[in-house]
Amino acid sequence: MNDQPTATERFIQGILPENPTYRQLLGLCPTLAVTNGLKQALTMAGAVTVVLFCANIIVSLIRNLLKPHLRIVVFTLTIATFVTMVDRFLAAYMYQMSKALGPYIPLIIVNCIIICRCEVCASKQGLIASGADAIGQGIGFGLGLSSIAVVRELLGTGALAGVAVLPAAWPQWVIMVLPPGAFLTFGLLLGLINWIQQRRSVEG
Amino acid sequence: MSYLVDIFLIAITAALINNFVLYYFVGICPFIGVSRQVDMAVGMGAAVTFVMAIAVFLSWAITYFVLMPGALVTTWVGQFFVSPERAAHIDLTILTYIVYIFAIASSVQLVEMYVRKFYPPLYKSFGVFLPLITTNCAILFACLTVMSHIIGVENPGQIWDLGRALTLGVFGGLGFTIAIVIMAGIREELDMCDIPEPLKGAAITLIIGGILAMAFMGFTGVDNGIRVALGG
Repeated sequence: MNDQPTATERFIQGILPENPTYRQLLGLCPTLAVTNGLKQALTMAGAVTVVLFCANIIVSLIRNLLKPHLRIVVFTLTIATFVTMVDRFLAAYMYQMSKALGPYIPLIIVNCIIICRCEVCASKQGLIASGADAIGQGIGFGLGLSSIAVVRELLGTGALAGVAVLPAAWPQWVIMVLPPGAFLTFGLLLGLINWIQQRRSVEG
Repeated sequence: MSYLVDIFLIAITAALINNFVLYYFVGICPFIGVSRQVDMAVGMGAAVTFVMAIAVFLSWAITYFVLMPGALVTTWVGQFFVSPERAAHIDLTILTYIVYIFAIASSVQLVEMYVRKFYPPLYKSFGVFLPLITTNCAILFACLTVMSHIIGVENPGQIWDLGRALTLGVFGGLGFTIAIVIMAGIREELDMCDIPEPLKGAAITLIIGGILAMAFMGFTGVDNGIRVALGG
């Protein structure tokens, strides 16, 4: 138990050093699909964080009862339950957003981030470390999503979260809010992050 | 519109126009991870298509006979507990996600056991990919698409039958295979290129994915053209 990171370390690791989007390359479906607007991206990140937090807590509580060969099924069914709750909540209180996100809310069930965190952290560590880990990873995921969403929405529509930012003369790069823009933006941002990382490691 | 034209349009849409990987972004993880060699990509594509067809069949049957309001089995079981009028209104749609993920996980497990026992060569070629497929978003996405054409459809005549659902499953998987095999072909050539250091690995794969997605955007509107040409 002593070689496991503490709660604070888990929390900090999730935000930048082990950022789920840029460093672990996990949960790529929502990363590419819902980042055509900042609002959708933030809602998605919020939904994933809530599900991740609840799933981590439950898995951490039952970690001593888990049988090794059944654990993945238990993880997925736990996650599916919380995703159903989040899905109904969004449909009840944020109907337009729920329509805009469409099938990507139920697809949180098979989001690799959550299964990965349940496996790596929650099934081995206690309640506080798991909760801190979930929130840290959630913030990291939110940062990753919103960085892509800012680039795509700004270049594609000249606005941020629906509010016009660039002058009206801006030629809107429609391709950025269409599927190819997602691949290109994420690929280039990932390259940028790698470049910064390599520069720092050379200097250090 | 005749039934065959409808089937044909569903197939073309699932495989090319709204390609699962390049339009809906589902199944991106294997698209990045398992697209290094063409033969591995073919194995992965075959496994996904196989499981997708089975999963779509299961989810169609479960949704149509158990989950949707007024479904046959639920009404029959319900009349033993409540009055028949109320039994016809039992709505189990809230269980959809849990039931689907359970159906997918167990069918993957069964397929793996069956293939390992009876078709060892087949198991060697794509068996290793089977456990990964449980958490492949493309499978769940196909099931959810089928669900959206059964639950909440106003006109009973427009509810998808099994033929339409299976077409979506098989051709959606085929579209996934097409995308991942093209990607693997490009990446094999890429090994001989001089790529800037920061872009190596996932970044260049994503950028190529973007260019592929642009190419696939050329199919937009083909379905309307076919519909007009076939007099649908």
